[in-house]
Amino acid sequence: MSENDVLFVAEHRRGGLRDVSYEGISAGRELADALGGELHVAVISGPVEEFAASLDTPPVDVVHTVDAGEEFDHDTYAAATEALHAELEPAALLLPNSVNGLDYAPAVADSLGLPYATDAVDIAYDDGLVVTREMYGSKVETTVEVAGDQFVVSIRSGEWPAADGAGDAQITPFEFDESGVDDGARVQGFEEVGGGDVDIGEAEFLVSIGRGIEEEENLDLIRDLCDATGATLSASRPIVDNDWLPKNRQVGQSGKQVTPKVYLAIGISGAVQHVAGMKGSETIIAVNTDPNAPIFDIADYGIVGDLFDVVPALIEEFN
Amino acid sequence: MKILVTVKEVAAVEDEFEIDGLSIDERYLEYDLNEWDDYAVEAAVQIAEAADEDVEVVAATIGPERSEETIRMALAKGADRAVRVWDDAIAEQTLLDVDAKVSVFEQVVAEEEPDLVLTGVQAADDAFGATGVALANRVGYQWAAVVNDLDYAAGDDVATVRRELEGGIEEITEVDLPAVLSIQTGINEPRYASLRGIRQAQQKEIAPHDLSDLGLDAETVDGALELVDMYEPESESDATIFEGGAEETAAELATVLREKGVVGE
Repeated sequence: MSENDVLFVAEHRRGGLRDVSYEGISAGRELADALGGELHVAVISGPVEEFAASLDTPPVDVVHTVDAGEEFDHDTYAAATEALHAELEPAALLLPNSVNGLDYAPAVADSLGLPYATDAVDIAYDDGLVVTREMYGSKVETTVEVAGDQFVVSIRSGEWPAADGAGDAQITPFEFDESGVDDGARVQGFEEVGGGDVDIGEAEFLVSIGRGIEEEENLDLIRDLCDATGATLSASRPIVDNDWLPKNRQVGQSGKQVTPKVYLAIGISGAVQHVAGMKGSETIIAVNTDPNAPIFDIADYGIVGDLFDVVPALIEEFN
Repeated sequence: MKILVTVKEVAAVEDEFEIDGLSIDERYLEYDLNEWDDYAVEAAVQIAEAADEDVEVVAATIGPERSEETIRMALAKGADRAVRVWDDAIAEQTLLDVDAKVSVFEQVVAEEEPDLVLTGVQAADDAFGATGVALANRVGYQWAAVVNDLDYAAGDDVATVRRELEGGIEEITEVDLPAVLSIQTGINEPRYASLRGIRQAQQKEIAPHDLSDLGLDAETVDGALELVDMYEPESESDATIFEGGAEETAAELATVLREKGVVGE
């Protein structure tokens, strides 16, 4: 271990490693190469031996296993990460900017007293850490310089390729004393939400509606389009937050991931959380008034126009 | 009991805008209460309204004088009073980092001694998504991030929350108080301020503090992060854009849908 190393903490849930774990390995390798150090990966809780074998991909030098509990617990993760950091003294601590990452990474950075850059979409090192991150939704990108020899960075999922293949990393258990860990937050269980009458994950043709619909009453227009075309209705987060449609219609990071033959996004700007749920669609079509909306970056076809003009004309086409 | 809600005035950006140096030109910005904070305020006010005991809801913000208009909306929706922190040393920062924000709120918490702190999951502008949990760690409170359901009655020692994980999974967790909860959108239905509420808000206190009032100096907010560039992301679009009026573009779109075989004749 040297002061040029990178430590990345993997993420798992209910028995499976999450994709961001393999993406973080790619991000970590890039940064370790720029720093001239090794890539260390830590996996905390659950079947850590089994996880370590999966994480042992070519970019990884060392996997540290921390056998403590089964599922994510923020106090355990924070304490174990801080203990590993004290032992390894890496230049960079990389953590996922996932929902669980949001629940312990800020505490770790604060306890360590290190600079903390969140939600990085790109990382470079050239005599200092330079992080690319977005602001104002995805409207602008920014370059942020981080001072200091040690730092904590959380990475956005889906921005780096997933590492795969078999590696020859050293796998080493890390002795961690759980006895002093706070138990003031206790996970009671999990629940899958969003079941119900319709499974948007099964639909061949989704018409998806976003903030652009403006009012709940206007949803009837989109229902008419679905009736005329045989499409299934889905939505982006704000529509579900407003209770205009039930949770089982929500496409995105916290909703369903869908891969229909055709995804017609109407009045959806294409925030990263939404795109994470539909980018695997075969054909993506967007209707939006804003020509710069990020949805057009991933669309195959687009109409820059007002949905209240375009949708009635489209219904007309099929009646 | 006392609930502290951290709130932030954020700018929404128009579709077409220009960047002026390290910020977006003021002409293209419209200021409003951060969307996540609106839900946090509502959650606090709902706890206060349902309580048998007296619950004080205090809004705390880091923001310039201009932000008072926005903070007053939180007061109009039911917060009892507000604390506003600003300083020339804060205004000078290109980017106020998490440590700086937490150092400020740490002093506010020391002064107010709230039982519960509610924050939004993130701010719509800089989107660090870290202040709440880092603050909890700093002041020795428990916490939960990305809460989309909150079961808590004033005076209870434990809150039962649901954390919204990815992929439609919720984690159910008990959190001991005092605690910081970061509130996700959709947890409730934020109210509109009533005329009466807006009138009452004019009488409510927004106490201004600078760093020295909080026992801090300028160095506290001089963070390790520096914003050095801001630019519009290059469009990666290779979409075929249909040009023309609604009827022409709809006709072309209909042709695509028929070709893809998802709509009959």
